Parts: sequence; structure tokens; C-alpha cells
Amino acid sequence: MDDLVNLNRRELLKTTTGLLTGLVVAGSPLALVARGRAWAVDLTALTSTEGTKLMAVARTIVPHDKLDDAAYAMVIKAIDSDAGKDESNRKMLKEGLAALGPEFAASSESDRVAALKKMEFSAFFQAMRLKTVQVLYATPMAYVYFGYEGEAFSKGGYLQRGFNDLRWLPEVPVEDGGPLPVSS
Amino acid sequence: MSHIDLHDSGAVVIIGSGAGGGTLAHELTRRGIRVVLLEAGRRQSTETFSQVPGEAFAQLTWLDRRTQSGNWGVARDFPALPVWHCKTVGGTTVHWTASAPRLQPWELRARTTYGNIGGASLIDWPISYEELEKYYEIAENRLGVTRRNGVPGLPASNNFKVMYAGAKKLGYQQVHTGHMAINSRAFDGRGYCIQQGFCVQGCKMGAKWSTLYTEIPRAEATGNLDLRIESMATKIEHGADGRVNAVVYRDNHGKEQRQQARLVCVAGNAIETARLLLLSASSKFPQGLGNTSGQVGRNYCHHITGFVWGIFDKPVYSWRGATLAGVVEDEVRNDPRRGFVGGYRLELLTLDLPTFPLVGLPYGWGRDFASIMESYRNLAGMFINGEDLPRSDNRVTLNFAVKDDHGLPVANVHVDEHVNDQAMRKHAQGQMSKLYDAVGAKRIVLGPTPPATHNLCTARMSVAPRDGVTNAWGQTHDIKNLFISDGSVLSSPGAANPTLTIVALALRQAEYIRQQMRAHRV
Repeated sequence: MDDLVNLNRRELLKTTTGLLTGLVVAGSPLALVARGRAWAVDLTALTSTEGTKLMAVARTIVPHDKLDDAAYAMVIKAIDSDAGKDESNRKMLKEGLAALGPEFAASSESDRVAALKKMEFSAFFQAMRLKTVQVLYATPMAYVYFGYEGEAFSKGGYLQRGFNDLRWLPEVPVEDGGPLPVSS
Repeated sequence: MSHIDLHDSGAVVIIGSGAGGGTLAHELTRRGIRVVLLEAGRRQSTETFSQVPGEAFAQLTWLDRRTQSGNWGVARDFPALPVWHCKTVGGTTVHWTASAPRLQPWELRARTTYGNIGGASLIDWPISYEELEKYYEIAENRLGVTRRNGVPGLPASNNFKVMYAGAKKLGYQQVHTGHMAINSRAFDGRGYCIQQGFCVQGCKMGAKWSTLYTEIPRAEATGNLDLRIESMATKIEHGADGRVNAVVYRDNHGKEQRQQARLVCVAGNAIETARLLLLSASSKFPQGLGNTSGQVGRNYCHHITGFVWGIFDKPVYSWRGATLAGVVEDEVRNDPRRGFVGGYRLELLTLDLPTFPLVGLPYGWGRDFASIMESYRNLAGMFINGEDLPRSDNRVTLNFAVKDDHGLPVANVHVDEHVNDQAMRKHAQGQMSKLYDAVGAKRIVLGPTPPATHNLCTARMSVAPRDGVTNAWGQTHDIKNLFISDGSVLSSPGAANPTLTIVALALRQAEYIRQQMRAHRV
């Protein structure tokens, strides 16, 4: 989690335009992978208000209630980085945010859904959906949350780690599967 | 590895190092023929393969721009990525999932078997199954295919247990862990599969066959191969006699080079192969090389695909284990009573995070979408690999409005699905839904057609020159010393994953090229 700065030991960067922060909630996916007790993400193109509003957009697109805000903040960090590199991208974000109105982040989920539904086919929404999915589900927090174990080469594969441990259905006869390999 | 001079007009130039080009390079060099192998991508290895899915995708995938059009779902769901293949030494054999079935004898007689179907451009292959069989046998031995030649099958994974139980309840008979080019035991200096589930990211065990660490190093060991990486072919040139004599390419410093050639073999995957032939238009061949018939780029086939996800009460952990090691083959038959011609395979499939939501569920959002994601542990997956019908207007063309980094027009991929394609997908997704229902799925989610990984038939073999681009050996009808050596030459796609057939055809082509060179016919 090198992208999440430990809030207790940080200084603001000179380039910071906004900041997203939060606490590490005990027992949450983040608590299993984080080092500190609070987290922060620097924004270098967007303001804190814009970042917070985009967080609400991301949470509305893929609402996982028990997944830490920090995971969604990683999405916003990626969006902020793209916006810093490309003026047309930043413009699209600003327009999308403006269209959502000032109360979006604080409004109820059903109101947020209704607001996004109206712009479902806009470039802003499509870009937000894609980036949210791309970044959120690749975070270590999401791996913990969804139980995904990721690469296994470094641990010898899943051969000895449960690739065939399903017991709620009958076993496959060996002629339709195959024998476990043995080292020779 | 040897150095071949740019002015050496005795060399064979092969463009592309995947299943076709990589195999052909080995087969020619071991027969003493000097080969320049141009590969647009970089060279990775089992050590350098990234195990971060997003990084691996960027490391291996052909990401140069393409455009697309037509009514297929890919144009809607994946507008920037019509096809998903590799740009790296070893080509798409680096990310393939290693399913290696054979085509069926009747699939090679597609026009005869299916009849005259409106809106389709079917032809029979110029080769019979009996002619191809010998090369299938050599290919299966070479790749170490499971359930052939006494090689054991891969052991059943959790995801396959679900497929197997459901398939048996539906009465399917031909259900097993597949004919896979993945070592179920140590073979050919490579280790056995440790069920990583990262087939698509490049197999760090080297248990999955890839030309990257089999055919290509062997070709290098002959001393007859000059492999040039990051070398993108941009034009094939010919002389006044109409024979090709050089390949122009951008080298790894972005500098234009011109390699003279006695013979040229194009194996750049069906999209780039067609594009290169079209880009090579000249005053003598204004429609592009090998294109007197106008068939280059046409009849593009990609296989009917589509995911089905079953959500269960209990965990499956589908990501643990070889990605595609499971198949139901009972539907590989031609039975028009099902409402369509041609057959399909049900094939096991799983996707990692974040690839599952990116490719397996590219639409939807909100609570319903999130609830599917929350079931990721309890999810089993399959997809189909079915025969699509060739259509004359489903084709690769040059898009002159969009240019690549070299200023050359990019390929446009156009696909309008035939009603037969749609009927087949509907039938298959129905069968897969019944299969998961039979083992107690609490929800079944139909996924999209993903970007095409099987790109076929854009320079197809034909008996009559007017129907295709090459003869039965992949030799273009127009130009004797210009060959096509990848999936472009398949006369029709059949329902088999294509790599084994591409390898078999490359083995056969190598014998022919050697013979033709000896007889000074090329």
C-alpha cells in the first residue's frame, strides 16, 4: 500500500491541490494491509471537494459497504493523475462534476443513483465506471475483501493450496480428469 | 543466433513469431534454411512475466490502435479493443489458454456440410482431414497435448467439478479436462502445471507450450535464425517479375530498414496479416499483395463466444487452477434441428481480479452489479467456442482516417453477426444456464462476447483462386514466393480453438517450402 501515505508521518507536497483522508477501521480489509492508523491521498489536479464528490460517484457505481474508503480513494488518485496529464480529460471531469450539482456527495444513495442514471451514457460516466472497476478491483484491499488470492507462482501454485478442494459436489473420475503430478 | 545481412537475398523472411511463424521458423532453420524472423514486440521470459494482471496485459498485448464497426457486441462493449492478441516474442502463444483440440473431418467440408446459406461465404477446405491428420499427430507430440499419445489429462479443478457435475446431469458424455498443451507431467525439458491460474499472464512454469521457449530457442540453436525484436513490418516489396523480394520494417530504434528476401511468410495474426498485405499495394498490385481476388481481409472469423457465470451458495474459488482445463464436446456436431449449422464447445473459464469485471461484466453498475462481485468466491465460469459463419463483408480494411505511430492507416475490423451466429450463442448460453441450474446455481449471469482472441480466415486457402488468397499450402495464388503462415489461412473456423491447427498447417507448409526451394520453384 505504498500509494496510501501514513497520515501520521507526512508533510503536504508543494504540488498538492487537494487531499483525501480517512482512518483505518479495525477489522476492515485495509486494516489487514495497512501500516498506520490513518491514510491520506494527495491530489495534484483536483480539489478536495471534487475528490470527495468523485469518491461518492465511485461508491455509487460499485457500492461495497464494508470496503474501506481508502480503496475508493485509490480510484480517485488514478483519476486525478489522468486529469493532471490531459487537459481535455480534466475538462470532462469538471463538466461531469458540475452536472452532478453541489449536494451530490451528501445526498442519499437513491438520489445519487438517479442523478447518475441520467448521465449513464455520457463520456464522464463511462470513464468513471471503467476507471473505478479497473483500479478498485485491483487494490490489495479488494483482494482481501473478495477473498481473491491472486498470483500463486511465488507460493508453488494452487496445486497444494486448494485448486481441487471443493467437496460439495462429487469427485470427477480420474479418467475424465487426471492424476496429480508427481515430482520425478 | 546468426546475423543475416540486409542485402542477403537468399534468406526467408517470416513476419511474426507466434504459433504459425515461430513453428515455421524452427521447421525451416532445422532444415538448413536461413531465416530472418521479424517480431514487432519485445522478448519476455518466464522470469520477466508480470504477475500483476494489469501489468501483464500491458506487457503482452497488441495495443496499437484499431477501429471497429458492425453489430457485434464487441463494438459496443469494447470499442477500443476489438481483438485481444499479443505483441511479444512467441506471439499469442504467450497468453493463450492452451486448449488444443482438432477440427472434425466434416468441419473441413463446411460448404458441403452446411449447404448454401444466405449471407455466408462458406467454402470447403482445399485439404481433407486425412491429409491434415498426420500433421495433427506431429503437432500433438510436439506440444505434449494431454489425452493424446498416452499423456494423462490435467487433474480436475474446483471450477471443473461444477461444470462436470452439471454436464453429467444434462446427459452430456464427452466431458473432461480437455486436450491441453499444458504439461500434466514434466515433458520436453519443461515442468508440470502447478495450477496457478495465470495462463493468460504468461506461464511462469513454462508448463504451457509457447513458441517463446520451445520452437524459437531451438531455431536459434541451429545457427540459422536471425530474430529481430521490436521490428514492425510495414511493407512487402516486389520486383518487376511480380515476385516479392524485400520486407520494409521499422527496427528497434524506429529506423526504417529493408531486408531482402528470397521468400516471405506472413504470420502477423489475421488482423495485421491482412493489413500488411493491403499496405503493400503497388502499381502492379493496386489492391494489395495476394489480392487479385479481392479476398484479402474478407471472411474474417473470430468464433462465437460468450460467458456464463453461475453463482452458488458455497465457495468455488474458480481462479485456482488452469484457466481453461475443462470441456464439453457433445455439441460439436452439425445438427440443424438445433436451429443453426455448425457446432460449439462449452469450455471452462475463469477470470482474475480485475479482469473479471472488466472483461466478464463490462456493463452494469450499482447494487446489482456489486452483488455479483460480492459473490466472486462462489462463482463458476464457462464460455463457448463455436463456429461462426464467414461473411464476405465481415472484414479487415485499412482505415485511412486513423493513423498509427508510423503514419500508416490502422486496421478496421467490421463484424455483422449472421443470424446463425446469434442462434448458436443463444442455444449455447441456454445449455450452460441449464447446466448450472442442474447443480443448484442461485443465480446465472450471462456475460458478453469478449474481444476476439481467435482471429481467422482473412487470407483463406481455397481451391479456386477467386474464392480465397492462398492454395492448400498457404502459398498465395498470385505470388509464388509469398506465403501466409497463421490463422488467416483457415478456410473456415470450425469449432476448435485454432492453435493446434495453425501449428499443423505450419509443419505442413515447412515441408512444402523446403521442397519448392530445392526444386528452384520459388
